[in-house]
Amino acid sequence: MAQDWTNAVLQENYMRLQFPSRSENESLARVAVSAFAMQLDPTVEQLTELKTAVSEAVTNAIIHGYENMEGEVRLYCAIHEGAIEVVVEDDGSGIADVEEARQPLYTSRPELERSGMGITIMENFMDEVVIDSIPGKGTKVRMRKVICRTSECQ
Amino acid sequence: MAMETHIVNGVLVVRLRGELDHHAVENIRNDIEDELAKTHYRGLVLSFRGIDFMDSSGLGLILGRYRSVTGRNGKMALCEVTPALRRIFELSGILKVVPMHDTEDSAVRAVKEA
Ligand SMILES: Nc1ncnc2c1ncn2[C@@H]1O[C@H](COP(=O)(O)OP(=O)(O)O)[C@@H](O)[C@H]1O
Ligand SMILES: [Mg+2]
Repeated sequence: MAQDWTNAVLQENYMRLQFPSRSENESLARVAVSAFAMQLDPTVEQLTELKTAVSEAVTNAIIHGYENMEGEVRLYCAIHEGAIEVVVEDDGSGIADVEEARQPLYTSRPELERSGMGITIMENFMDEVVIDSIPGKGTKVRMRKVICRTSECQ
Repeated sequence: MAMETHIVNGVLVVRLRGELDHHAVENIRNDIEDELAKTHYRGLVLSFRGIDFMDSSGLGLILGRYRSVTGRNGKMALCEVTPALRRIFELSGILKVVPMHDTEDSAVRAVKEA
C-alpha cells in the first residue's frame, strides 16, 4: 500500500534548475541530478554514469554553447516509469553539424585540450540521447536512462 | 579538487584528489605544468587514487600532459585508477596511449626505466 502510493508520486516527479554558465556550477548540476535520481534507488554504477553524462552536457553548454561567456544553462529532470529524463539547454552558439559533433574524438576546440569524447560518453552512459540544435540560437540535449525496470519498481 | 606533488628519482608524481571535471582541470593544469618545468619534463606519474569522479575533461588533461611530456622526450604513466573511473578509461581508449599501473611504485619504476 505504502509502496503504491510512493510510486504514484514518483512517476510524476520533476525538477528544474537554472544557473549562469560558470564552471563551478558543473558540480552543482551533477549533485542535483544525482540527488533527484536517488528516489529510483540506482546502483552506484548507474549513478556514476548519470552524473558523468550530466557533467558532459553542462560542460558543453558552458564552453561550446556560451564559449565561456555569461549565459544561462537550464536543466530539467523528470522520472517516468523507472527512467530518468534529463534535458540540458543553452541559448548559445548552437551546432552547425550535429552528425560531425557526435563523432568520437571530434572537437571544435582542440586548443582548450578538449578530448572530443563528451557526446560519445553521453551516448554510452545513457539509453537515449537526442541533440536538437539551431546555429545562433542554442542547443537542447535530451537524455534518458532506465534506472529500474517497471516490474521492479511497482 | 586538490593535488599533492612530490618527486621520486626525478619523476614528478601528482596525486589528484576530489572531482576531476572541467572546472577542476582549468584550476590545476598550470600547476602541473609548472611542476613539470621544474623537473624538466623528465617523467610524470598521475595517481587517481583520490579521484571519485572524472569526465572527459580529465581525459583532456591526461592527453594534454602526455603531449607536453613526450614532446620533450619524457615518459608518463597513470596509476591507481578506482573502479568508478574504469569505464571512462576503457571507453576512451586512452590506456592504449598512456600506460596504467596498479601501484604508484610500479608506475614510477616504469617511467624511470623507460
Ligand atoms: N551545447 C553546445 N553548443 C555548441 N556546440 C556544442 C555543444 N555541445 C557540443 N558541441 C560541439 O560538439 C563538439 C563535440 O562535443 P564533445 O563530444 O563533448 O567534445 P568536446 O567537448 O571535447 O569538444 C564540440 O567540440 C562542439 O563543437
Ligand atoms: Mg564536451
